Amino acid sequence: MTNCIEHEHDVLVIGAGGAGLRAAIEASAAGVSVGMVCKSLLGKAHTVMAEGGMAAAMGNVDDRDNWKVHYADTMRGGQYLNNWRMVELHAKQAPDRVRELESWGAVFDRTKDGRILQRNFGGHRYPRLAHVGDRTGLEMIRTLQDHGIHQGIEVFMEMTIVELLMEGGRVAGAIGYDRERGRFRIWKAKSIIMATGGIGRAFRISSNSWEYTGDGQALAYRAGAELMDMEFVQFHPTGMVWPPSVRGILVTEGVRGEGGRLLNKNGERFMFNDVPELYKKQTAKDIEEGWRYVTGDKNANRPPELLTRDHVARCINREVKAGRGSPHGGVYLDIAWIKEKMPNAEAHIQKKLPSMYHQFKQLANVDITKEPMEVGPTTHYVMGGIRVDGDTQMSSVPGLFAAGEAAAGLHGANRLGGNSLSDLVVFGKIAGEYAAKFAKSNGAVKPNPQQIEDAQQRALAPFDRGASGENPYAIQRDLQDMMQDLVGIVRVESEMAKALEVLKTLNARAAKAGIDSHREYNPGWHTCIDLPNLLLVSEAITRSALDRKESRGAQFRDDFPEKKAECGTFNIVTWRGADGSMQLRREPMQAMRDDLQAVVKEMG
Amino acid sequence: MEKATFRIWRGAGEQGSFTDYVSEASEGMVVLDVVHQIQAEQAPDLACRWNCKAGKCGSCSAEINGKPRLMCMTRLDQLDLTQKVTVEPMRSFPLVRDLVTDVSWNYRVKKAIKPFKPRKPDAPDGSWRMQQSDVDRVQEFRKCIECFLCQDVCHVLREHHKHPEFAGPRHFVYTAALEMHPLDTENRLGQLKDEGGLGYCNITKCCTKVCPEHITITDNAIIPLKERVVDEFYDPLTRLFRIFKPRKAE
Repeated sequence: MTNCIEHEHDVLVIGAGGAGLRAAIEASAAGVSVGMVCKSLLGKAHTVMAEGGMAAAMGNVDDRDNWKVHYADTMRGGQYLNNWRMVELHAKQAPDRVRELESWGAVFDRTKDGRILQRNFGGHRYPRLAHVGDRTGLEMIRTLQDHGIHQGIEVFMEMTIVELLMEGGRVAGAIGYDRERGRFRIWKAKSIIMATGGIGRAFRISSNSWEYTGDGQALAYRAGAELMDMEFVQFHPTGMVWPPSVRGILVTEGVRGEGGRLLNKNGERFMFNDVPELYKKQTAKDIEEGWRYVTGDKNANRPPELLTRDHVARCINREVKAGRGSPHGGVYLDIAWIKEKMPNAEAHIQKKLPSMYHQFKQLANVDITKEPMEVGPTTHYVMGGIRVDGDTQMSSVPGLFAAGEAAAGLHGANRLGGNSLSDLVVFGKIAGEYAAKFAKSNGAVKPNPQQIEDAQQRALAPFDRGASGENPYAIQRDLQDMMQDLVGIVRVESEMAKALEVLKTLNARAAKAGIDSHREYNPGWHTCIDLPNLLLVSEAITRSALDRKESRGAQFRDDFPEKKAECGTFNIVTWRGADGSMQLRREPMQAMRDDLQAVVKEMG
Repeated sequence: MEKATFRIWRGAGEQGSFTDYVSEASEGMVVLDVVHQIQAEQAPDLACRWNCKAGKCGSCSAEINGKPRLMCMTRLDQLDLTQKVTVEPMRSFPLVRDLVTDVSWNYRVKKAIKPFKPRKPDAPDGSWRMQQSDVDRVQEFRKCIECFLCQDVCHVLREHHKHPEFAGPRHFVYTAALEMHPLDTENRLGQLKDEGGLGYCNITKCCTKVCPEHITITDNAIIPLKERVVDEFYDPLTRLFRIFKPRKAE
């Protein structure tokens, strides 16, 4: 312990995206000392990439909207596997969180009467997404950052946590290193909030940045927490497909919210051919009705392009497999067509979708105001994560909390677009509040020196193996290829069984990963440290997906293509057994409270 | 597959030199792809910052053939690949290693600027009313992704090293977003003049030219701020007027 820099806080927040920042602000407001550690510079976390908006039933554009509709939409979107208490809190509190951001300086787009404008999005019955063009995530993270830096939070940028420190079954802190020098540091803390985001780097085609290596899920798992719903990985229907180097970069659902249509190579608007039973009543019958919906006609139903992401992604996949795709293996997403419907369409598109316009212009030489885009599914989000208590966000480990994408529960089997940004601030706040309470009512615990010693040795092992060890980048690439091919959008038992075999080999290779030279800002070393986390979440995804023998939400099983009623009664939970191997159980769901059942019924 | 040579800065602190790497250059690739390829195949310890790879986070700022740019948004087909392509770190900030610089100074400057202070809410539910036309300008400034390329190119920082006394274009844009925010009630003009060193800027517009978000930094943010500072502190009529009218709280 002598060679470590030590810090001490009441609450330690790991991750500084929307959830981490909101949690830190709340904990600090409760009067406890707060430290926040993040892998990147402040303000660069993945929240910055969110485009479309933040779902909150404020009813500014359509006054028929309220928390009950939002509740019912979220449950339906999640195929009723959601933690209904979290869905309730989310639907009720999201409007206040949006207004709070405005009071901290966020500048949302406005309605004609000067209120916060809301836009249509997949699975939301009414226009519900507060937004700023197509850069809502940037607005959110910058607002939280610029507010947060004045709240007395101690921020540690570009530092990576390698292990949670435990004592007597409770969290006692964390050990990590600064990327700049590679020096170890210890953060003692009474409670810890995991706000580390997702796992998207486990797949080859992904909209996620390098940071998304499942750190929070893996750290919590190793500390004894449970993971839940890991089989549900969201493949966003529209990522870029061409040129190859940009494959996977997100194309916001906002394009469809503004009227964008999906076409196959025959120019057919194929989404009209396949509308699921659960959504028949809410979907437009023809192109005209769909257009009326996106232009604000309250009596019209939404176009089928705005069905939930799981469904749209599968339809695109089917078109491509059937040979009706675009030249580079996607389909066409066309927003330019709205010029048939409105004057000044080009200026409108540039105003409403400015970053999409620039992204395609600069990276693909495509002018989206004139030509269609080529798009295909991309790994985007994990609905599963650390299993938490719906009221407090505490995991099964005392003092360990989770919020945002790192936590499971709110989204069930499939997340609705726009529910993520609101998730971050609603549950970031709750986690911050309860983590501060926990820290106030529980004394300090001393980290175990032996654990600290061991963690350092493990982290430095790649240097012992040196350049003769396995290339960590090659292992990561092989893992991504394997997960994409065997545990991707369409899953089948034989392929996933094979995936488990390959994971064994990859684990053995990762144990031999080596790097020579120095510890200072060495991305090869960082990749060695990310690998065990990626491998762990990949195993949890694969085992959970194998055990769910049905197709529901984001999980599509070719060998079990139907949804089964008996599978709608449990969540799949994984945890580390006494012998270190991964355990799995089907956790029965709690019956929904009567008044909430009534809400679902009322909303049809 | 076409090949090209990239001269990449390697080193830490004051020490460093260019190293040549030959890498493939296929259709649609950007400079950041090349850096990743070199990391994976030739130099696993090549240090570089990046996150989104879509021009949204502002992490991968560097100087490519001498021009401050985002590596993720610089396509190889915009460069002359018959010549060596140089990739080096931002030169206005201390080098950490290879392509990574120490930009922490920017975070300290921002923290010193007086934060947002809204007027009382307009409606009982705690919300405000603002017209879109009143927030358009502020929204332009809030597009900033904090890549710090404007800071890198600004000669006041780059040539004259006025780091402690000059906040730089990024922070003028930040201050302009606050000052022109329809709800804000704070006054930062004295701070801009004294601590921010706004007067050092001689509006050469280098910052505007390199902004990947196409924010018209000089015309829309800096010049209006300069006008406000002049009105507040140097305008003889205003000064005369102030003798009779107490000044707005600072």
